Amino acid sequence: MADEPQVPQMPPPSPPSVSRRFFLLKFGVFLNVIAAGLIGIPIVGYIAGALKRKSYNAWIPLGKVTNFPAGETRLASYTNPFRVPWDGMTAEIPCWVRHVEGEKFQVFAINCAHLGCPVRWFSESKLFMCPCHGGVYYEDGSRASGPPPRGLFEYEYELRGEDLWVRGGQIPSLSAGV
Amino acid sequence: MAAAGSEKKGRLARVGAWFDERLHFTESILPPIVHPVPSSAASWAYVFGSATMLCLMMQIVTGICLALVYAPAADEAWKSLIYLNYVQPLGWFLRALHVWGSHFMIALMSVHLVQVFLFGAYKYPRELTWVVGCLLFILTLAMGFSGQVMRFDQDAYWGLGIVISIVGRMPMIGGELIHLILGGPIIGAETLSRWFALHVFVLPGLLLALVGLHVWLVIKVGINEWPMPGRLVTHERYAAEYRQLVEEDGEPFVPQGVQKDVVFAGIVLLALFFCAAVFGPAGPNGEPNPTLIETLPRPDFWFLPLFAVFALLPPYMETALMLLGPPILIVLAVALPFYSNTGEKSFRRRPGAWILVIMVFLMLGVLAWLGNTSPWSPHMSAWSGVPTPVEYVRGRSPLELQGALVVQNKQCRNCHALGGTGGQRGPALDNVATRLTRDQLIRQVLQGGGNMPAYGKNLRPEEVTALVAFLQTLVPEGEPVARNSAEPH
Repeated sequence: MADEPQVPQMPPPSPPSVSRRFFLLKFGVFLNVIAAGLIGIPIVGYIAGALKRKSYNAWIPLGKVTNFPAGETRLASYTNPFRVPWDGMTAEIPCWVRHVEGEKFQVFAINCAHLGCPVRWFSESKLFMCPCHGGVYYEDGSRASGPPPRGLFEYEYELRGEDLWVRGGQIPSLSAGV
Repeated sequence: MAAAGSEKKGRLARVGAWFDERLHFTESILPPIVHPVPSSAASWAYVFGSATMLCLMMQIVTGICLALVYAPAADEAWKSLIYLNYVQPLGWFLRALHVWGSHFMIALMSVHLVQVFLFGAYKYPRELTWVVGCLLFILTLAMGFSGQVMRFDQDAYWGLGIVISIVGRMPMIGGELIHLILGGPIIGAETLSRWFALHVFVLPGLLLALVGLHVWLVIKVGINEWPMPGRLVTHERYAAEYRQLVEEDGEPFVPQGVQKDVVFAGIVLLALFFCAAVFGPAGPNGEPNPTLIETLPRPDFWFLPLFAVFALLPPYMETALMLLGPPILIVLAVALPFYSNTGEKSFRRRPGAWILVIMVFLMLGVLAWLGNTSPWSPHMSAWSGVPTPVEYVRGRSPLELQGALVVQNKQCRNCHALGGTGGQRGPALDNVATRLTRDQLIRQVLQGGGNMPAYGKNLRPEEVTALVAFLQTLVPEGEPVARNSAEPH
């Protein structure tokens, strides 16, 4: 009899102890939900940080007006104002400047309105052509042929003294212009 | 000697038992390894799933190796790829292994998908395995695309441009979504970092978790038996029939069931080594400088069909199809086992399945070929870079020769071929006078139409006269000239 292992007599689980255990569980879940919110909301905010600004727009100098002779369309580029130092060359954004006449300009985004590829200007036929899916635009940026649903995106511009300024800062899309 | 050998064996067994007492392998890991599978499943048709997983493992190994050197920052990434290619010892080979591993993975996964589809393996009770497999397919393609972004060159840059142009077509949330995808207003530093995090942390983590679930399901539900014509799947009998099949004609997965997988794995690895060593790494092509616009952005092979679709869709339905097409296709594919749940599994009795597979592959093949040749893209240097065929200028009048110059100078050949060279966006001009009369030619040049821009503002009247005079000489020998039927002969 003495050799037999002593089986400890467990008291039948009493309701108060069970409910306290559940209380701890509930309290634990509550604590974790609070903590998850406190930690999770900043994480989502961090990831969505780029959304804080509704739009990215700033006045950007494109250089002297004399760089753009009247009647011609020329490639220009600017450094995107919303850049970080390690953007490298991706912050250099090209655009097409058409000097119509006098103080009348048109500044087009480089991106085709179809799927964003860089359009090229052909001065002889006075057309912009896209190398990706064959979108073509007239010299005033309106759609000539191919799949683009609209003409080229156009920058707002201003002449300040001898300089040409444009308003931009974000890659254009059908949802939002330049 | 024999006694010493058995003693050694005994010692080994004791060491094994010591570990097993602590790790409990024989009761946890061993059963799934030796679990019986239908002997019919030990077939060459069943090797593609394991081969896809092997590719994933290879991608993880080579990917970690590349991450040792690659600099995931927009201003350094391209330089670090050049460094990998030319300076880092065997860097080129690791890059080649990684890109060919991705090609192999997508190819083997596609074969696996087709096999599963043709063998009816998605039917009851393997619906969930199919659903998880579909998610794995999408994740793998996402890995392919994000990997192309890691190769931070011109194609990567403008490829991202295409993605955001599609996203930008979404009503209401398009603009915000673009900034979320780019991590800012432009394709730049935060874009690459964001996609790097996707490519090396988020997507691989999801892939590994879902591969685990996929394999778990294969083990728990049992691998699909070779489908016999006429042996129909029913909810009532299938489980019992499968159990009986495994009991009567089953063999352990290891070593019998796995033999062909092992052989095929070796073949895949050898082929991977061969392709990487012979064909080398992919790119990078030009540096990601958006101001270098003399570029011809093209996606990697697997996305060429999609690239072609974007060129060929009529503009009026394009946005709707771009945004709704993929979700509809995904839902149709994922839901397959729910609208085709029971019944015949054998590919011998499911001609519809064959027709679908053949049609899909024909379609993808033709679209990939079109995407590669891009007949819709203007030939950007055809006006200055290709000669006018001699036979088209010989014996022409001065006016007609002026017209030949207009064709060349006004960049007509960017879209129209002459003598087989030039763009293919518009029809070749070699026999244009057999199709259009003088009046029609003038109208077409001035007003355009049928996808041709109007040149009325860009051509002087005398240029139009010369141009049309030249075009009217373009009649192959023996063919009649187009004529206005309203006029007398």
